[in-house]
Amino acid sequence: MEKPITASPGSAQRNKTGTWRIENRPQFLQKNCIACRLCVLICPEGIVAGKEKNTFQTDYRYCKGCGLCAAVCPKKDIVMVPETSKENTES
Amino acid sequence: MKDFIEGSEAIARVVALCKPGVISAYPITPQTHIVEFLAEMVAEGKLKSQFVNVESEHSAASAVLGAVATGQRVFTASSSQGLILMSEVLFNAAGMRMPVVLVCVNRALSAPINIWNDHQDSMALRDSGVIQLYGESNQEVADLILQAYRLAEDPHILLPVMVCLDGYILSHGYEVVDIPEEDKVLGFLPDFNPPERLDPADPKSFGPLAGPEYYMEIRHDLHQALKRALALIPEVATQFAHIFGRNSGGLVEPYQLEGAEMAIVAAGSVCGTIKETIDTLRAKGKKVGLLRIITYRPFPEEEIIQNLLKVPMVAVLDRSISLGATGPIYCDIRAVFQGQKPSPKISGFIAGLGGRDITPDTIMEIFERLPGSQVSDQFIGLKDGD
Repeated sequence: MEKPITASPGSAQRNKTGTWRIENRPQFLQKNCIACRLCVLICPEGIVAGKEKNTFQTDYRYCKGCGLCAAVCPKKDIVMVPETSKENTES
Repeated sequence: MKDFIEGSEAIARVVALCKPGVISAYPITPQTHIVEFLAEMVAEGKLKSQFVNVESEHSAASAVLGAVATGQRVFTASSSQGLILMSEVLFNAAGMRMPVVLVCVNRALSAPINIWNDHQDSMALRDSGVIQLYGESNQEVADLILQAYRLAEDPHILLPVMVCLDGYILSHGYEVVDIPEEDKVLGFLPDFNPPERLDPADPKSFGPLAGPEYYMEIRHDLHQALKRALALIPEVATQFAHIFGRNSGGLVEPYQLEGAEMAIVAAGSVCGTIKETIDTLRAKGKKVGLLRIITYRPFPEEEIIQNLLKVPMVAVLDRSISLGATGPIYCDIRAVFQGQKPSPKISGFIAGLGGRDITPDTIMEIFERLPGSQVSDQFIGLKDGD
């Protein structure tokens, strides 16, 4: 019995694309944030979340380190740091 | 029931007997009559089917691909440029293992624009994974439609099947065609029951991405399914003969190959002309024969070897050409005999492009040229010599 190849919904959550990150990751300084939400809107993975000022954070399980959030932040409150840096890798 | 009808009408009536839930097509000469007849049946309430009018052949193929994924039996048809526009979708239909049944009314490809018959359009889909069957007469084409649904929807196959017939010569030709009785059709063609269905209540994606770690395995499975079809096609033809009382379809048809010194290999309606020429030549004591290709993809290697092994000289008549190389059927036949002993001397002839008539004289000329030096891409019937 043959079957066509199908995929169930939710595969984007199952596949932890954070392993694709190779050089830099964003660090959310949470100091001068004005909660403009540009980082949320620009993230191609849809994984930046936060509500109040200085609460925004990305989900490193899926973050590919593209750097768009750091580039778009008007307050320079997100910076790209080398993967080898030990700070802020939780979540 | 026997009726004197146009080829297109015979096809439409047999398609209607198979009760497709969704039909979608875009008009193109010489295919248009088929879907006109079907549209009329739907409009008059004689056929309970959804007829989806679309803006292009790409959309027609997409509509039936989507519909078949939901578990509906489907039908579409096209010719020439329309089929080529469908090709992007048809490669997907095969890869997604979707049993779309379609008809190609064979017509030349542009440029120059030409609405008449040759096989260039369907040959361009040779490598798509779509099963290709070529009919010789309108009766056979009508019968192949029924067999196409059986093959396509077989749980061990699940592949698109394209029934090819020569534009105008068959599509617009009137012949007596025996249209199968509905109760017999029910006995031959079970309900379509796919293993997976596109269903909002149970969401899933069809045709997802496969990276380098899976793609080859999936393509290998597709190739194996086509190989399995080589065994199923004669089986389905035998069952068809048992139920309907006539032989139609199969892999190849040998004609007068017993003791033949020369044989032609060809596909489609031209085989009728070739058979008549063979009868004339046989009456004069010439030992000539024909091997008709009915199933072109999957390619019936074994049957071709068995039938042609003892024929000293073989001419392959292609109604299309892989430009810059040879006729596609010639290329396949040569490859099949590479390293075989004994092997016929195999020559390739190109004839009948863009509706140029292939007459008994054309066939005679091929038999006359065959004992000469081996050729691979000899055009027959060119006006300014060759």
